[in-house]
Amino acid sequence: MRPVAVAGVGLTKVSEHWEKGLKDLFTEAAYKAFEDAGTKEIDALYVANMGAPILQDQMHLGAMLADALGMRGVPALSVGAASASGGVAFHEGVKAVASGFADCVLVGGVEKMSDGLPEDVLSILAMAEDQEYTAYTGVTNTGLNALIHRNYMETYGATAEEIAMFAVRGHEHAVGSKHSQYPFKVAIDRVLSSPMEADPIHMLECAAVGDGAAALILMPAEQAPEGVEVAATSVATGPYYLAGRKDILTFDAVKTAAERAYKTAGVTPEEVDLVEVHDETTIAGVVSLEDLGFVEKGKGAAFVADGCTLRGGEVPTNTFGGLKARGHPLGATGLYQVGEVALQLQGRAGPCQVEGARVGLAESLGGLGSTCAVTILRRG
Amino acid sequence: MSVPRYWRETKYRYRLIGQMCAQCGSVMFPRSGVCSPCGSVDLEEVKLAETGHVVTWTVVRNPPAGYMEYAPYLVALVELDDGVRVLSQLVDIEPIKMKTGMRVEAAFRRVKVDGNSGIIEYGYKFRPLIE
Amino acid sequence: MKIDRGVGIVGYGAYIPMNRLRASEVKRVWGGSGTPIEEKSVVAMDEDTITIAVECARYAVKRAGIDPQEIGAVYVGTESKPYAVKPSGTVVAEAIGATPNVLAADYEFACKAGTEAFQTCIGLVSSGMMKYAMAIGADTAQGRPGDALEYTASCGGAAYIFGKKPARTLAEIEGSCSYVTDTPDFWRREHEMYPRHGNRFTGEPAYFKHVIGAAKELMGELGTEAGDYKYAVFHQPNVKFPIKAARTLGFSMDAIKPGLIVPFVGNTYSGSTPLGLAATLDIADPGDRILAVSYGSGAGSDAFSLTVQDAITNDRRLEPAVSRFVDRKRYIDYSVYSKLRGKIVK
Repeated sequence: MRPVAVAGVGLTKVSEHWEKGLKDLFTEAAYKAFEDAGTKEIDALYVANMGAPILQDQMHLGAMLADALGMRGVPALSVGAASASGGVAFHEGVKAVASGFADCVLVGGVEKMSDGLPEDVLSILAMAEDQEYTAYTGVTNTGLNALIHRNYMETYGATAEEIAMFAVRGHEHAVGSKHSQYPFKVAIDRVLSSPMEADPIHMLECAAVGDGAAALILMPAEQAPEGVEVAATSVATGPYYLAGRKDILTFDAVKTAAERAYKTAGVTPEEVDLVEVHDETTIAGVVSLEDLGFVEKGKGAAFVADGCTLRGGEVPTNTFGGLKARGHPLGATGLYQVGEVALQLQGRAGPCQVEGARVGLAESLGGLGSTCAVTILRRG
Repeated sequence: MSVPRYWRETKYRYRLIGQMCAQCGSVMFPRSGVCSPCGSVDLEEVKLAETGHVVTWTVVRNPPAGYMEYAPYLVALVELDDGVRVLSQLVDIEPIKMKTGMRVEAAFRRVKVDGNSGIIEYGYKFRPLIE
Repeated sequence: MKIDRGVGIVGYGAYIPMNRLRASEVKRVWGGSGTPIEEKSVVAMDEDTITIAVECARYAVKRAGIDPQEIGAVYVGTESKPYAVKPSGTVVAEAIGATPNVLAADYEFACKAGTEAFQTCIGLVSSGMMKYAMAIGADTAQGRPGDALEYTASCGGAAYIFGKKPARTLAEIEGSCSYVTDTPDFWRREHEMYPRHGNRFTGEPAYFKHVIGAAKELMGELGTEAGDYKYAVFHQPNVKFPIKAARTLGFSMDAIKPGLIVPFVGNTYSGSTPLGLAATLDIADPGDRILAVSYGSGAGSDAFSLTVQDAITNDRRLEPAVSRFVDRKRYIDYSVYSKLRGKIVK
């Protein structure tokens, strides 16, 4: 297996892009990445998406987007792992380059959530779960997070405010970010006084609806001296049903994927300079930090509240705002995360820069932690 | 809504039927092709307990398509008295009266209705124990 | 219709939804003077006749302590079928685990559909065609907004499992009698949401003629009189009618009081007499005799004479009594009621 590097990054702003469709957004991100990498000679295309079959009545995104890019002939396919699609597509792209099957791969994620009605978006999010015994109850994705949230507070004595601080921190980090959906600060009082979405989770503790596309160019590391080395990618699945888990406060898939990634990269959590976690809700962010090994189980909320996840803190987390403030265009989210880590390690994060960052980690969740993709990037 | 999909699950949902592994004795719900703890495919149907307690719960205020008319509604993770955990709506109780650990029992309710002319899907929900 | 083969009730179960609409709420919205009852039961958004039937059927099976596979028939008597075409009984049979060797059908005879099914079940078990048969009376009745019936039309039901000796019966049935004529006092046409009725015509020529007719016929056939019965249950569309019927037949208030739940539940239509009988069985002692008379518009009455057996003392407290459901309540206002009963145009 040969070392692989991220050679180009292209991110569109996450927003409600009323005038742009799937193809417009994807093309925009892809051409930014081509420009960044200095090449558009790709020999494989991986597309990450979750909702197009429902939101746009569109399947077969590989061929459609290859054609839209003017790249008829390249092998192309879409990768689906719910909201972990981006992270999993990245893993597949890395495998193609590492194995020698491809020399230049475009991994792009795209989601156009604003095409759907709110209840349709909630249905799509719930499609990550079993339709017959989980989504069938009428529970939403936020509802499932709320079951964990309440149990976390009751088990560990964490306060609503401590957990909600995860959202406040994200917004703090997003200030100045060009591609983030909500690049402004939000006070803790505003989070806690926002309406309940699924008790005890407030609306401002949840990732909102946004459109976006993120594209990354992967090449053999030796051909991309300015690129960022992919130190490890890892994908793991965990128990699919929340009801089938003995411990609902641990995402087994995260632990498994993280263990494998740390081993492959030869790094420990202490050596990670920044992390992008899948905070679809504040509690998902807290549990992720714990299961990735950055803080002891049960102490994640206090860790966040104490400022340890701030840019200058122990574990700078969600440095462009995370899902809450950068935005969460489902299938594209995992690629935003990896792209952001690459920008940080290259010193191109602008006002969001974590000084001296050498190792960064991105964690992407599909379903309620039933799929996890962990990527570790390293530079110099 | 798919009628065969509903019909295929009726027995399990109507009567809370799970699966017991003949090798290791693990009980699973919903049924599966393989015992997840031990990997055995030697599985038999088993009736689950109809009473249990609430492990954790939430109130769904913005429901997905198909559930709008029931909102707001409670969803809970229920641990049955035989140790099996089931995700379910909770009915006949107000959110303000909810308590983690409270005793509940299986009820038979409408879960989804396909408009005015389509199928009515019935299944389990849980409610506070009626003694 | 005398029964000489030791047929009786081996199990029964009741269910009443917990929502209550005070009659004063209806009066507040629609005006009028006086209210016929205190309050009525209303289904939740996710309840209907089938869910009510399943709930009471489950309690009946538990109280009977029998293998549901031995139940050979499941009949649901109702005027509020969730499906115009598709039996409710199949869902109930599936839910209690009585399928597939089971007769299943829905009965309709306004408010006496449930007791009509009693008689079928008695015939099926006494003939030896099956060991046990189940009859359910359940409804989620609707009254036109502002109509007199809106005060009372309510939701609930009760299920009965019949068996023959040597099966352990909680109450033995000595006989039954039906009294039926073509009397159009109340009806609902196809595709109509609400029934229509003949106001005072529902009284003397309809309810009283048939209820008293059936009761007298049965007592005449069995050679009994009001004094032989500790308790009596009459169909209860309101509070006045059953009390007047009881007095006419010579029954005291004490005899009908245990089964008179209409003031706090309303008229559960096909569930009315079965629920009243269940509430009476809940408190009756072995040896007590009970007369139960239903009434269905259109019109007819089914009368039953029962004697409570020794088995009842231990069995009847295993499952919730009717009073438990009467007391289990949550008040709703007219706007929530309108949402729950589909009265809001969306």
